[in-house]
Amino acid sequence: MKSYLPVDFIVERDESKCIRCKVCVNQCTYETHNYDAQDDVIRSKDENCVNCQRCVTMCPTHALSIKKNLGPFRDNANWSSEVIKDIKKQAETGGVLLTGMGADKPYLTYWERLLLNASQVTNPSIDPLREPMEIRTYLGAKPDALEIEFEDGDIDLKTKLAPQLILETPIMFSAMSYGAISLNVHESLARAAMRAGTYFNTGEGGLDSRLYKYGERAIVQVASGRFGVHSSYLNAGAAIEIKIGQGAKPGIGGHLPGEKVTEDIARTRMIPVGTDALSPAPQHDIYSIEDLRQLIYALKEATNYSKPVSVKIAAVHNVAAIASGIVRAGADIIALDGVRGSTGAAPKVIRDNVGIPIELAIASVDQRLRDEGIRNKASIVAAGGFRSSGDIVKAIALGADAVYVATAALIALGCTVCQKCYTGKCPWGIATSDPWISKRVNPEIGAERLVNLLRGWSMEIKEIMGGMGINAIESLRGNRLHLRGVNMTDTELKILGVKMAGE
Amino acid sequence: MNELDNKFINPFNQDKDFAGCSIFGMMSLEGKRFSSEDPIKAISNMHDRSNGLGGGFAVYGIYPDFKDYYALHIMYLSKDAKEKTDRVLASCFNIIYDEEMQTKAAKVVDPPLLWRYFVEPKKRRSPNLPEDECVIQAVMRINTETGKAFVFSSGKDMGVFKGVGYPEDIAEYFCLEDYYGYLWSCHGRFPTNTPGWWGGAHPFNILDWTVVHNGELSSYGINRRYLEMYGYKCTLQTDTEVLAYAVDLLMRRQRLPIEVVSQILAAPFWSEIDSAEPKRCNVLRALRQTYGSLLMNGPFSVIVAHHGEMIGLTDRVKLRPLIAATRGNMLYLSSEEAAIRLVSPQLDKLWAPRGGEPVIGRVGDKKIVGSAVKVEEPQ
Amino acid sequence: MIAKEIILAKLDSRFLPHVTFNDQICQVNAEGLHYRDLNSLLRTLDSHGVEKVELHSVCGQRYIGTDLKTGMAIEIYGTPGNDLAAFMNGPYITVYGNAQDCVANTMNEGKVVVHGRAGDITCYGMRGGKVFIRDDIGARAGIHMKEYMDKKPYLVVGGTAMDFLGEYMAGGVLLVLGLNLKGDEPHKARFVGTGMHAGVIYVRGNVAHMGKEVKMVDVEKSDMLTIEGLVREFCGYFKTDFEEILSKKFMKIVPYSHRPYGRIYAY
Ligand code: SF4
Ligand code: SF4
Repeated sequence: MKSYLPVDFIVERDESKCIRCKVCVNQCTYETHNYDAQDDVIRSKDENCVNCQRCVTMCPTHALSIKKNLGPFRDNANWSSEVIKDIKKQAETGGVLLTGMGADKPYLTYWERLLLNASQVTNPSIDPLREPMEIRTYLGAKPDALEIEFEDGDIDLKTKLAPQLILETPIMFSAMSYGAISLNVHESLARAAMRAGTYFNTGEGGLDSRLYKYGERAIVQVASGRFGVHSSYLNAGAAIEIKIGQGAKPGIGGHLPGEKVTEDIARTRMIPVGTDALSPAPQHDIYSIEDLRQLIYALKEATNYSKPVSVKIAAVHNVAAIASGIVRAGADIIALDGVRGSTGAAPKVIRDNVGIPIELAIASVDQRLRDEGIRNKASIVAAGGFRSSGDIVKAIALGADAVYVATAALIALGCTVCQKCYTGKCPWGIATSDPWISKRVNPEIGAERLVNLLRGWSMEIKEIMGGMGINAIESLRGNRLHLRGVNMTDTELKILGVKMAGE
Repeated sequence: MNELDNKFINPFNQDKDFAGCSIFGMMSLEGKRFSSEDPIKAISNMHDRSNGLGGGFAVYGIYPDFKDYYALHIMYLSKDAKEKTDRVLASCFNIIYDEEMQTKAAKVVDPPLLWRYFVEPKKRRSPNLPEDECVIQAVMRINTETGKAFVFSSGKDMGVFKGVGYPEDIAEYFCLEDYYGYLWSCHGRFPTNTPGWWGGAHPFNILDWTVVHNGELSSYGINRRYLEMYGYKCTLQTDTEVLAYAVDLLMRRQRLPIEVVSQILAAPFWSEIDSAEPKRCNVLRALRQTYGSLLMNGPFSVIVAHHGEMIGLTDRVKLRPLIAATRGNMLYLSSEEAAIRLVSPQLDKLWAPRGGEPVIGRVGDKKIVGSAVKVEEPQ
Repeated sequence: MIAKEIILAKLDSRFLPHVTFNDQICQVNAEGLHYRDLNSLLRTLDSHGVEKVELHSVCGQRYIGTDLKTGMAIEIYGTPGNDLAAFMNGPYITVYGNAQDCVANTMNEGKVVVHGRAGDITCYGMRGGKVFIRDDIGARAGIHMKEYMDKKPYLVVGGTAMDFLGEYMAGGVLLVLGLNLKGDEPHKARFVGTGMHAGVIYVRGNVAHMGKEVKMVDVEKSDMLTIEGLVREFCGYFKTDFEEILSKKFMKIVPYSHRPYGRIYAY
C-alpha cells in the first residue's frame, strides 16, 4: 500500500561544513544517512529520522541540523497534524499505536500551579552551605510507638523495627527493566545508586548475574510475568517491589517483543532466546485485596521478613482507597506512578488518557492514610515525570517520602525524549538490547553523569529547604503549609490540601 | 439521606467500597437445625483473609416461635433515629414484639444500638400490595429517609448478625451460641475503606435473601443504576448490596430460577453463546441483551441464600476461589478447603465448581446442582 | 544422625508441645500454629539438618516449604493453605490430602506430590522442579510457566483441569491424564493455552476448547519418551497402572508462534 504519511522531520546538511567523515552514517540506527561513494556525498532519507539528535550531536563540524516538517497540513486545533498522521498510520496497518516515554500533552501537570514558600523576617532561613542540612530518608513501616527499657540509667530499645531502606537523598531510580534498557544502562544506574547512597529498581526483567554485586542498592521487582524471579534474586535486593501497575499504562501489561530477547536477556529472564516476554496486567495470583496480602506475605516468608516489600500501582481514580487497602495488606512501601509516568512501550491512547496526575494522587493518598491513622505503616514513593528538584520538593511537601525518577536519569545518560524507545533502536544506546548500540553508554561515564545529577538536585533541595528555614527533610514531608496554589479551582485546592497563593 | 449521614457511611465519598474477603456457608439438606459452633470455627480459620473490619452471619430457621412474622434487625447510629424509625414502623406494621438485641462484651468496634422487631404489614394501608413489597418499601424508606437507621435483616424466621470486627468476635458479641439454624452463611471482610461501618459488613439482606461476597465488581456503577430503575436504593455503597438486590429482582420478583440467573450474573462469552445449539443460543443471547446491565463483571465468588436454598457462584472466568463439599446431609461452600476440613475432616464429595456454574443445595433434595464433577476423596 | 536434644534445646519453648522425634523423623502437630510460627519452626529444623519432617493436623497454614535451604522432605497430613511451596527451592513435599490455591507459585526447584486435588493457579510462573497432582486441578494451572536451558518445570495431573490451563505459558511441560474422565469425554477446560508461546501441554484424550494461539498435534516419539517417564513416576507415587494409562492416545498442544502478539502494533 502506498503510504500517505508525510515525513516528520527534515535533515539539513551544510555541504560546506560536511567533511564526509560518515559519523552520521554510523550513528543513526534508523539508517537515515548513507554515503554515496560515486558522487562523494552523504544523502539522507528524511522519512527515517525520528529527531533524536544523535547525529547532530556527534557531527564533528556541526554540519547537521534537523528541522520539524511544519507542513503539509493546514492548521486546525481539533485535527492537528498529530491526529491526522495517527489515523493514517492505523489506516495503513490496522494496529495499535505504540509510543515511548511519558505523556507529552501539556494539560496533565500541576507542578507549575504549586509554589513554594521561603522565610522572611519572622523566622530565619538557613544557609545550607554552612549549616547542617539533612535529607536522609528511611523507607519502610514505622511503629506507632516505641517501647523502651530503662535500667540503671541505661536505655534499650525493645521494639523491633521493620526493615528499612536508607536513602542519602530522597531520589531513587525508577523501575526500568533489563531488556527495555540495555545492560550498560542498568549498570550505570546501579553504580550511581551505590555511590549516591540511593537505590535503583531492577524492573520486572530480573537482574543480570553480573550486577548482583550491586544488590544492596537494588529494589528487585516482581511482576506478573515473574521473569528472573527466584530465591537468590529475591534475596539479592535490599527490598522487593510487587508491580501491579505503571503510570504510563495502568491496567495494561508489559510485552518485550521476541526480537529483543537476546542471549543475555534470555538468561536473566529465564526464557528461551527470541520468545516474547509477556507480562499481562494482572498478577495472576492477585485478583482481590486479600490475595495481595497473600503475595506480600509469600515474599516476606520467602525472605524471612528481612526486607521491606513495596507495592507499585498506577495512580487511578480510586487511588486513595486502593492505597489504604495495600497498606492494610501489609506493604511497607507504596509506590504511586502518575499519569505522566514513562514507559519503554505503551499504546499511545492509554498513555495519554488513563490515570490521574501524581500531584493529586500523592495528596489524596497521604491524606487518606492519615485520616485512617495508618500513615506510619508505610512510606509513600511518588513517580511519574519528575523533571527538577522543584517538582521533588513539592511532592515531598504534599506527602511523599521519596520519589522515583526514570526519564530524568535517562536524559542524563543522553536520551533526548524522542519517544521511540519501543523500536529497540535507541541511537543513544539506552532503550535497546542490541549489544552494538548499547556500547554507546559507558557504565562508568554513565554513573558519573547520574551521580552529578543527583548531587545537583540534592543541593538544590537543600537550598530550598534552607530558604524555608527547615534543616531536616522530615519537617518538609507532608508540610503543605509550604505550598500555595495558583490558577486552580476550589476543588483542586481542596484535594491538594493547599491554600491559594495570597491566603 | 442527608450529607452528614453520607459522611459517616462513606466518609471519603467513594464510588463504592473496596473489599476482599472470606466466605463460608453450610446447610443441612434435611432442614435440621444446628448450632453456631462449626460455622464460627470454619470462618475463623480463614482469619488471614479478613482484617477485622467486618464480619457477619446469616442464619435460617432461628425464630421458629415467630416464623410467620418478618423479623427486622435494625441498627441505630443515634437515639433520635430510633424515634423516627419507630414512627415509620408503626405506620406500616403491627409490631408483635420488639426488644434490644442481646449482646455481650467482645472485641468489636463502636457497636450501634441494635434492635429486633417482629412485625406484620398492615393490610388496610395498601390492600393490593403484596406483603413482601410492603416490607421492601419500608426498608428502603428507613434506610434512606430516617438518616442513621439501617435495616440489616428483614426476612421471616431468619436473621443477619454483622458488624465491625473479626467474624469470631461478631459471633461472640451477638451471642450466636444461643442460636440454631439449618443454614449458616458467614463472612470475614477485608475492606480498604475505614472506619469500616456496621452496615457495610456482610451478609447483605433483603427479605429472606442474603448474599456474602468476595471480590470487587468493576461493573458496579451500571449495576447500581440499572437496579435504581426498579426502586432499589443502594445506600450502603458496596457492590455486594447490588448483588443482593439483583438476586431479589431476578429471583423473587421476576421468578427466574437460579440456573438462569447465574447466566445473567456470570453471562457466558459471546463465543460460547454463538456456538450453543440454536434454542439455547437464542435464550442466552436474549438474556445478555436484556440483562447486560446486570452482568457482574470482575472477580467474585458469592454465597446467596434464602429459605430452603443455598447457592454458590463465581464469576465467569473464575477469578475468585470457591470450594464445595458434602458430607451426609450437609452441604458446605467455602473460600478455602481447609475451613471445611476443620469442621468435617471426612467428606463424601469435594469439588471446585467451574466459573459461572452455580452450586445449588435445596432442603429436601439430596441432589446438589452443579456437583456433576466426579471427585475422589483423598485417603 | 541428628541430635534431637540439641534441636529441642534450640527451639522456642512454645513449639515444644508441638514437636516430637520418632527415629530420624521430626513430627510436628500443626494444630493451632499460625503459619508464621510453623514456617519459622521449619526454618529452624532445616538449619539444624533435620532431613524429614511430618506435619500433622495441618489446616490452612500458608507458604509451607518456602525459604528452606536444604532438600528437606516434608510430609503433610491435612489441608495445607494457599501458596504451598511458593518460591520453593529444593524441598520435597508430599501432601496426604488436598492442596488449596497457588501451589508451587514461582517455584524454582524441588518436588510436590499431592495425594488429592489442587486449587486454582497451580504452578504460576514455576521455573523448575516437578509437581504431581493425583486428582483434578483448578483454573489457570501452569500460567506463565517458563524454562531456560536445562531448567524446566513439570506439572503432571492425574485428573482433569479447569479453564485457562497453560495460559501465557512460556516453557515447561504440562501433562494432564484425565484418568477420571469417562470414555471419550473431553477435558472440561476451555481456553487452553491462551497466550501460550513456548513449552508444551500433553493431554491424554481430547480438549473441549483451546485458545487461538495454540494448535493440537500428534505426539512424536520424543514426546512419548517424556510422557512415559512422567507417567512412570506418577504411577510410582499413586500406585496406578502404567500400561492402562498409556493405552489411550496422547495429544500435544503447542503454540503457533513464539511471538503471539507480534502483529498487533501499528508502529
Ligand atoms: S541519528 Fe537521530 S536525528 Fe540523526 S538522522 Fe538518525 S534519527 Fe534523525
Ligand atoms: S531512551 Fe532513546 S529511544 Fe527512548 S526517548 Fe530516549 S533517546 Fe529516544
